[in-house]
Amino acid sequence: MKEHRHLSNVATLAYDQDRCTGCGMCVEVCPHAVFFMEGKKAQVRDRDLCMECGACARNCPFAAISVRPGVGCAWGILLSEIKGRDVPSCG
Amino acid sequence: MTEKAPDQNLNPLSQKTGQEPAVSCECGPECCGWATPKGKAERFIREADHWIESRLETPAGPVAVVKTKISRQDILGTVKARFGVGRMSYKVKPGLYAAGRPGPSSPVLVSANYKLSFDSLRRELGGLDAWILVLDTQGINVWCAAGKGTFGTDELVRRIGQSNLGRVVSHRVLVLPQLGAPGVAAHEVTRQTRFKVVYGPVRAADIKDFLSAGMRATPGMRRVRFTLKDRLVLTAIELTNPFKYLVLITAAVWVLGLFGLRLLSWKAWYPYLGAILIGGFLVPVLLPWIPGRAFAWKGWLLGVIWAAFVNFSQGLLPLTAGSWQQAASHFLLLPAISAFLAMGFTGSSTYTSLSGVLKEMRYALPFVLGSASIGIVFLAVVLFRGL
Repeated sequence: MKEHRHLSNVATLAYDQDRCTGCGMCVEVCPHAVFFMEGKKAQVRDRDLCMECGACARNCPFAAISVRPGVGCAWGILLSEIKGRDVPSCG
Repeated sequence: MTEKAPDQNLNPLSQKTGQEPAVSCECGPECCGWATPKGKAERFIREADHWIESRLETPAGPVAVVKTKISRQDILGTVKARFGVGRMSYKVKPGLYAAGRPGPSSPVLVSANYKLSFDSLRRELGGLDAWILVLDTQGINVWCAAGKGTFGTDELVRRIGQSNLGRVVSHRVLVLPQLGAPGVAAHEVTRQTRFKVVYGPVRAADIKDFLSAGMRATPGMRRVRFTLKDRLVLTAIELTNPFKYLVLITAAVWVLGLFGLRLLSWKAWYPYLGAILIGGFLVPVLLPWIPGRAFAWKGWLLGVIWAAFVNFSQGLLPLTAGSWQQAASHFLLLPAISAFLAMGFTGSSTYTSLSGVLKEMRYALPFVLGSASIGIVFLAVVLFRGL
């Protein structure tokens, strides 16, 4: 089946390959296979598939990855806006 | 109906139900913070309940052994929770459980304390000997709880200590559901407890294959999906709330009609009913096949086709001096409604990011609101003329 895709060039995912030690945690935790291993370093396969869940950044022991995690949920964002929250979240 | 915390006054449309394990829901009843109301004692499903088979003595005290078959009571509970009945107390007491007859070398599987999450794990454990460590996620599923941080490093570290896990098992390995990773820093857990975290498959159904392959997941086990079936289940649940209102409004329209108030005739009403069904059901189901990326665009596209169909079938097209206002109100309002509702499905999808949805909203919201406002003006003109 076709891979679902939302908008391109929006993800806040940033990856500093110099810090990567090749532990492979990012490849393991990403639910959309954004990363893959090439030799001793992780590589980004497709940034546009990133849903900004934040699993890779949290599980990278060497802080090579950063992302602004959040919910890709329009109602959640609207509600957070109404309630004056800084970071959009559910409920 | 159970009580909600004061800030739970959500749009009914927002009360989405996520499936477990995580085919859905970044935002659902599980997600949208149905926490225990303040001042109320926390309630769990009774521990001596039907899914407990027996007790097992361990160096850390007795541990409940769970059944690995889902009973009719479990299914009934699932249906009730899905439709919001007693949802908040549909949680399992956190702590250590057993499946089969586990010993010191048996694997430890970590789960959330939402009963549906717990059920989806234990039903896969038939014929297996394993420990289940249930974290207190306040009755929220793994993925959503990980996003909130309740399925998180601190809770895991605390629960390992409280359950005396180090005395129950001789190894130092924990298997976490992969979708718990947004909340848990594996290296941090290891640093604090000396337990190594291994991320298991996304779906509990793969847990046996994962374990028998020596705790190795295939690439397919690591991917989140969003299949037609997932979307059908989600929309069915999601539509129950708006549907209640639709039934009420339709009934009101009908009753008004009986009294000769034809302001809101069926003919005037069904276009809107259609637009709601398109945004809330048709777009989610046909999602990958509708051209374009943005959910609001997909909703608008089908909505505008619907509006054209409505106008043709009501004889409003081609436009005439007498009918153009009504045709315009359909063209402006119907696609706006389906676009707005379709945009709401971003929260149920498993692949939209915060940045992506923010961008989509920045473009779609002004357009939808503008279109709807002008449409309402035209509608008012039509209704006024009808008086």
